Amino acid sequence: MSGYRLATGGRIDRTRPLTFTFDGRLYRGLAGDSLASALVASGVTLFGRSFKYHRPRGLLATGVEEPNALVEIDRGPGRVTPNLKAPSLALYEGMVAQSQNRFPSLAFDLGAINNRLGVFFPAGFYNKTFMWPRSAWEKLYEPVIRRLAGLGHSPTTRDPDTYASTYAHCETLVIGGGPAGIESALAAAATGERVILIDEQEELGGGALGEPTRWAWLADATARLGAHPNVRVLPRTTAYGAYHQNFVAAAERLTDHLRPDRASGHREKLWRIRTRDLVLAQGAIERPLVFDGNDIPGVMLSSAARTLALHYGVAIGRAVAVMAVHDSGWHDALAIAAAGVRVRAIVDLRTAIDPALIEAARAAGIECLPGHAVTGVSGRSAVNAIRVAPGGTGPARHLPCDALLMAGGWTPTLHLWSHAKGAMRWDDASGTYLPIPGTDPVRCVGACAGEWDFGSGMSVAALPSLKPAHRQKAFVDFQNDVKASDIALAVQEGFRSIEHIKRYTTTGMATDQGKTSNMNGVRLAAQALGRPIADMGLTTFRPPYTPQTFGALVGVHKDALFQPLRKTAIDAWAEAEGAVFENVAQWRRARYFPHASEDMHAAVDRECRSVRQSVGLFDASTLGKIEVVGPDAAEFLDRMYTNPWKSLVPGRCRYGLLLREDGFILDDGVAARLAPDRFHVTTTTGGAARVLAMMEDYLQTEWSDLDCWLTSTTEQWAVIAVQGPRARDVIALLVEGIDLVPEAFPHMAVRDGRICGVPTRLFRVSFTGELGFEINVPADHGRAVWEAVHAAGQPHGIVPYGTEAMHVLRAEKGYIIVGQDTDGTVTPDDAGMAWAIGRKKPDFVGKRSLARPDLARDRRRQLVGLLTADPATVLEEGAQIVADPGQSIPMKMIGHVTSAYHSAALGRSIALALLEDGRARVGQSVHVPMPHGNVTALVSSPVFHDPSGARLDG
Amino acid sequence: MLLIHCPWCEDLRPETEFAYGGQAHIARPHDPSQYSDEEWERFLYIRANDRGRHHERWRHAHGCGRFFNAVRDTVTDKFETTYKAGEAAR
Repeated sequence: MSGYRLATGGRIDRTRPLTFTFDGRLYRGLAGDSLASALVASGVTLFGRSFKYHRPRGLLATGVEEPNALVEIDRGPGRVTPNLKAPSLALYEGMVAQSQNRFPSLAFDLGAINNRLGVFFPAGFYNKTFMWPRSAWEKLYEPVIRRLAGLGHSPTTRDPDTYASTYAHCETLVIGGGPAGIESALAAAATGERVILIDEQEELGGGALGEPTRWAWLADATARLGAHPNVRVLPRTTAYGAYHQNFVAAAERLTDHLRPDRASGHREKLWRIRTRDLVLAQGAIERPLVFDGNDIPGVMLSSAARTLALHYGVAIGRAVAVMAVHDSGWHDALAIAAAGVRVRAIVDLRTAIDPALIEAARAAGIECLPGHAVTGVSGRSAVNAIRVAPGGTGPARHLPCDALLMAGGWTPTLHLWSHAKGAMRWDDASGTYLPIPGTDPVRCVGACAGEWDFGSGMSVAALPSLKPAHRQKAFVDFQNDVKASDIALAVQEGFRSIEHIKRYTTTGMATDQGKTSNMNGVRLAAQALGRPIADMGLTTFRPPYTPQTFGALVGVHKDALFQPLRKTAIDAWAEAEGAVFENVAQWRRARYFPHASEDMHAAVDRECRSVRQSVGLFDASTLGKIEVVGPDAAEFLDRMYTNPWKSLVPGRCRYGLLLREDGFILDDGVAARLAPDRFHVTTTTGGAARVLAMMEDYLQTEWSDLDCWLTSTTEQWAVIAVQGPRARDVIALLVEGIDLVPEAFPHMAVRDGRICGVPTRLFRVSFTGELGFEINVPADHGRAVWEAVHAAGQPHGIVPYGTEAMHVLRAEKGYIIVGQDTDGTVTPDDAGMAWAIGRKKPDFVGKRSLARPDLARDRRRQLVGLLTADPATVLEEGAQIVADPGQSIPMKMIGHVTSAYHSAALGRSIALALLEDGRARVGQSVHVPMPHGNVTALVSSPVFHDPSGARLDG
Repeated sequence: MLLIHCPWCEDLRPETEFAYGGQAHIARPHDPSQYSDEEWERFLYIRANDRGRHHERWRHAHGCGRFFNAVRDTVTDKFETTYKAGEAAR
C-alpha cells in the first residue's frame, strides 16, 4: 500500500497544512484530516502491532470499529491517553501520536516472536499452558505475559483535566447524524418539541460525508436543523449506553480535537438524557472477509477506502484490488476509481452479479473476476500481491497490487438497541441480525434497521481455499488476534454456546467489542457446529459502546467531592488544636490530640489517664439521634428494642439494644424519656440512618396502628461528653436550673436546663465508667459551649480526648462497640447482655429468633476478655484464636480478637474477643498464632476496670 | 436509571430517590411465639425468585419517606403498577 493525496476532492482544507508526529517522525497533513487519513496520505502502512502475535497491522476501517490502528496521544504532562483510534482523531497542529504494543519499535518488534510461535498460542492458551507448576505463574508466566500483553499504557500521573456533567430531557433523541438520523431529527423538530441529535464524528453527515453528491443536501439539512431553536445538536459526542425507560448516557468531547495550547475549559461533558422517543440511526459497519493473510497491512474494508478517497481526498494505493461478496464493494470501487484511484481488479466469489456493475467496472478499466476468491496475500508490512483462484480452489493466479479492499456485507450497529433490550431476528437476505420493532418508544432507522441502498450480497463464513484452516492466518477478531481456526478448535473441544465460544476464544472481547468480528465469529461457529446460524443467537452487547474515560464518568465526584464529609460544630476547634482525624461513617472525628512530640500511643495514654484521674472532654456530636414522639412512643420502642420502655419514668435513661428480626444485634444506644410521649433515642454513629429506616419500616408497614412520629435530630444537637471524677465540678459553674447533686441527678438521668445561657438536654451517662455527663445543646451553640467547658475545666487539668482514647476507655469497662465487637452473628447473650432483654415483654423485634435452635444452643461464641501472657503484647484485632497451637494446619479456630489496646489504667494490654463457650473458659489459656510466633493469652471477664461500677458516681 | 411512580406523591421520580425493600406482602405475624421454627424460618429467610411478575417493597427514601408496593417484571425490569403499603396485592 502506498497511499497518497489525490489532486482534488475531499472535505479537507488544502490551504491549511498541519504538521504532526507519529512515533517521533514529522508528518504533514491538512485541516480536516483524521490522524489516519493524514498518515495514509503520507504513505504509512504500518499502524500497530497485534495484541497476541504482535503481527504488523495497518488501518482496517475509518470509524470507531477500527481494531488495529490504536495510538497513544500525548497532550502534555498527565494528558497521555492510550488506545485511541487513529481514524477517529481529528488532526490538529502539533499532534503527538505514538503507536502501541511494540518494543522497541513498530518496525522491529521483539514480541513478533509470538507470531512464529503461534502454534503454541491457540484458543484458551492461558488456561492450557500456564497451569503448572503453580509457583511459576507468579514468578515467571505472569510477569512475562504482562510485559507482552495489554494494549497501551495506563497513565501514571494525576489527570489535570476537569470534566462536566449535565442532565437533559427531550421528546426525541436521535443517535447518529447520518442522513437517516438527520431526517428523523428534522421530522421531529417540525412538531416544535425538544429534539437532541447526537453524533460521534467531527461533523454531521455519517455515510453522506463519503458521497460528494449528497454534500449539498447535507449542508442544507444541517442549516435547517440549526434554524430550529428546539433542536440541540451534539457533535463529537458518543452515546455509549441506553438504559431503562429511554435513559441514554453520552460523553461529549470538548477539547481533545483542539491544539493543547488552545484548549480551555472542561475536557469532556457527560450527558444523561431522558427522552420520550429514542431513534437509533447508528448506521451499519462493513464486515471483513476471512481468508489467509487478511490482516496484512493494506487489506482494509472497502468502505474505508471510499471514505479516505471521497471524504479525505486520499488514495489508499496505486494499484487497488477489491475482494467482494457484496454489491457495495463494486459501488465503492467505481466511486474511488472516479475519484482518481487506480483500481486493478474486482474479485467476487459470486458468479451472478448485476451486469450493470460489471459493465460499469469494465468501462472504468477494472478487470472483473466473478466466481473467484482471494486465497493468499503476500507482503509483510504492506501488501504487494494477492493470489486469486476460481472458486477459491481452482488454479491460482498472481495479481500484483498494493491494497486489497474487503466487501463482506453489512452489519447494522445494534449495540444501543441491544442495551435497550430490543429484540432481533436473523435475516437471510442481508446475512445479519436485524431489529424487530417492539412496543417501546425506541426505533431503528436507516442502515441501523437494515434499510440500505448498497445493493445485495452473499453470506460467507470464510473464503474457500485449498489450504487447511489451521495453516491459514485468517483472522476473525483483529484486535484480540482470533483466527478462524481458533473458533473451529473451540467447537472441536466441546464448546457449543456462542457465549462460551466467545469467552474461550476471546472473539469480540477486545476494546472494540467485536464490531467487525462478531458476525463472522457467529457464522464460523455455526458452520463448525453444522447448525443454522439463526439458531446461534448473538452475544450480548453491554455499555459502553466505545471505551470512555474514567474522567467523564467520575466528573466532579473525586477528592473532597467523592463522598460527603460531615463535620461537627466542634470540628474546627479540634483542627486548630492539631487533632489527628479519622473518618467514621462519613463523619470526620478527632482521633487524638497529640502534644508536640507525642505519638499516638503517648497521646492516647495521656488522654486516658486524664479521664480516669481528673476529667476529659469528648465530642460525641456524631451519635445518631432520633426523637420518638406520640401517645404510642413507649409502645413503639417496646416493640423495637429488647428492653422495657413503658416502665421508664420521665427524666430517666436506659441503655437500649436493637436486634434485627433474625435475633442478631444491629445497634445500641441510650434513650431518654423526656415526657410520657417523648423519647430522645441515640444510635451508633454509623447506624443512625439504618436504624431510622428500620424504625420507619416497622412503623409504616407492620404497626401503622401506632400513633407516633420519628424525627432525625442527629444534626440538631451538638453533644459534649464531660467524663471523669471532676466532671461535675467542671460543669457546675456553667449549668443553670439543674440540681447536679447525685441524689437529685443520678446516673442514667436526663434534665432540661440551661448551660452558658443556652438550653440544654443534660444527660448523666458514661461510656468510660467514670462519672460523666453528655451536654446536648443546639448545634449552633456547640462550639461556644465546648470552649466554655474547656475553659472551666482548666483548673482541673481538663483535656480533650479523641475516638482512640474513647475506644480504650470503653474497652477497659467491657462496653461493646456494635460493628467492632459484634459482626451480625452476635446475640445479646453472646455479648453478655442477656440482662438487656425485657423478659416479661410478649414480643419485640428479634425475640422469636432468639429461641431458634442455633441461637439458643450451647457453646456459642461469647464475649470475653483476653490478657496476653506478655503484658506488652497488644493482640491484632481480627486475629484468630485456637485452643492448641501445636495442631496441624488448618487449625480449628475457636474465636477471634475483636478489640485490642494498650491500657494506661491497667499498665498492660487488654483485648476483647468472641470465643467459643468463652464464659466457661475464663481462667484458661488460649492461643493466637501469628506470623511471628504464637501469643498465649488468659481468658478473663471483659470488664477489666472497676467491675463494681463504683466510679460512675465520681 | 428507572423511573418509579410513587403512589403517595403521585409522581414519576428517578430511581436514586428510592430504596428497595425486598419481597412484598410478607406480613410479620401478630404473635411470632406461636410460629414453629420451620414457619419462622420461612418468614425470615425464604423468598420468591420469580421470573416475571414480582411483588416488591420500595420506599421513597429521599422523597416523602413512605413505603409502597410495586409489581415489577424481573425480566424486563418494567413496573406494572405501584400502590400504597396496606393496600391489597395487585
